[in-house]
Amino acid sequence: MTLHVAVPEVEFTGVGKLFGHGRAVLEAVDLIVQKGEFVSIIGPSGCGKSTILKLISGLVLPTTGTIRVDGMTPKNARETVSYIFQDPTLLPWRTVQQNVALSLELEGVCSHRRQEKTSALLELVGLRLVVDAYPRELSGGMKMRVSIARALATSPRLLLMDEPFAALDEMSRDHLNEELLRLRLEQKWTAVFVTHSVAEAVFLSTRIVVLKPNPGRVYASIPIDLPQPRSAAARSTPEFEALVAEVAHALRGARAQ
Amino acid sequence: MKRRLITLADALAVFGALLLLWQLVLWIFRVPRFMLPSPWAVARAIEARFPSLATSFAITAEETLGGLLASIVVGVAVALIFAQSRWVRRMLYPYTLLLQTVPIVAIAPLILMWVGAGTFSVTLIAFIISLAPIIANTTQGLVSVDENLVHLFLMHNAPRSQVLFKLRLPHAVPALFVGIRIASGIAVIGAITGELYAGSSRVGQGGLGYSILYASSQLQTDYLFALVVAATVLGFSFFFVVMFFEWYFLHRWHESARTPEVE
Repeated sequence: MTLHVAVPEVEFTGVGKLFGHGRAVLEAVDLIVQKGEFVSIIGPSGCGKSTILKLISGLVLPTTGTIRVDGMTPKNARETVSYIFQDPTLLPWRTVQQNVALSLELEGVCSHRRQEKTSALLELVGLRLVVDAYPRELSGGMKMRVSIARALATSPRLLLMDEPFAALDEMSRDHLNEELLRLRLEQKWTAVFVTHSVAEAVFLSTRIVVLKPNPGRVYASIPIDLPQPRSAAARSTPEFEALVAEVAHALRGARAQ
Repeated sequence: MKRRLITLADALAVFGALLLLWQLVLWIFRVPRFMLPSPWAVARAIEARFPSLATSFAITAEETLGGLLASIVVGVAVALIFAQSRWVRRMLYPYTLLLQTVPIVAIAPLILMWVGAGTFSVTLIAFIISLAPIIANTTQGLVSVDENLVHLFLMHNAPRSQVLFKLRLPHAVPALFVGIRIASGIAVIGAITGELYAGSSRVGQGGLGYSILYASSQLQTDYLFALVVAATVLGFSFFFVVMFFEWYFLHRWHESARTPEVE
């Protein structure tokens, strides 16, 4: 008889990271993200939020401790991970369709499958009408949608997002937040989301991890038990307000440390 | 479109005014013809000696084009090597500066001595003088890629070759065109300078540089001016052809090729 224990999607054990000149960005971080969770990481600047994403993706190696992604080393797990950056990071010489196809192209998917998959995704993120446009013709919100579609094209199990909506106006941001939840409901990926916005984190997450700075450590982990699925109306409930207040309070505590 | 026509009209008006001024200077100061011919005399020289003028033009155009194409091919290849590592760049980059700073008039006679006079040596001189801006600009374009885009490729475990050909090279195309634009101008100068030394490559006929030398030794000042006009036309032609290709390849996606909507 085998004992079935779910392997966490992300597992940090005693992770520390020194950058050049010996400055500690992260110290003794223990963090577990279970499959299916939507975890937001929030904290004052300089607490190593983005570094955590880079460590999960294997773009940066930890100085101490171990990191497992779905039980594997970050580099070996890359095939199942997608990264959405703060900037849309589109290739300006490619059309919307070609940009979305890029990730599939790099994974060696044949052009017929690519076409099929990108068309479906562009439909899903509401970009069907601009498939042949170039990035410079798009608004900031639309560029971000292309970036999201590109990340989802490879059907990731884990989605890493580094303040993807920070540069957008509040309306586009709220709208994209709602769409992100809708996509998650359909595709069931796990997410690690870095943000500066408490309201955004509460709206999206199943759990919020608050980091404290200098060096970055986990200060608090707050479950967000708002009912799913969440619509725009969820933002105006007293439960939502209460959670925003709680997270904001924790954030002040982390800053004071 | 309307605005472009107006600028063209403006340019023509300035040109007309300059010709008028030229003619006035001749009348007022009674300049001898062999010192400064009238615009009219230059026009007549162009007409009367058009066949030989056209031949000289064609020879120089061919040498310039050969040199420029060679410098694009070699320059991009060198830039691709430079883009591979900071170490390689640090080792070899100073030599491209050397290429840029060595006076072409000093090395042209050497090249003629080594490879012999003729179209080939002039092409070689045009190539050498136009190489540096292409290497410098293309290298800059290849290495100035957004770090996150590189990360994106790494996330898909893309090999170096894919990062180079799907990311760095297309990213460098606008910079490459800046390099070609600069190079095309100096390639013409290089070819003409080369011809001053190379002499006649075909019996009785040479490029614009050779003909300029010959015309000045014969005090055929009106023809000398005709040759200067031809050299200018050659420079402009290259510039506009490069501009066309730049527009053709970049106008759909690159910001620089966008026509401004407001003044």
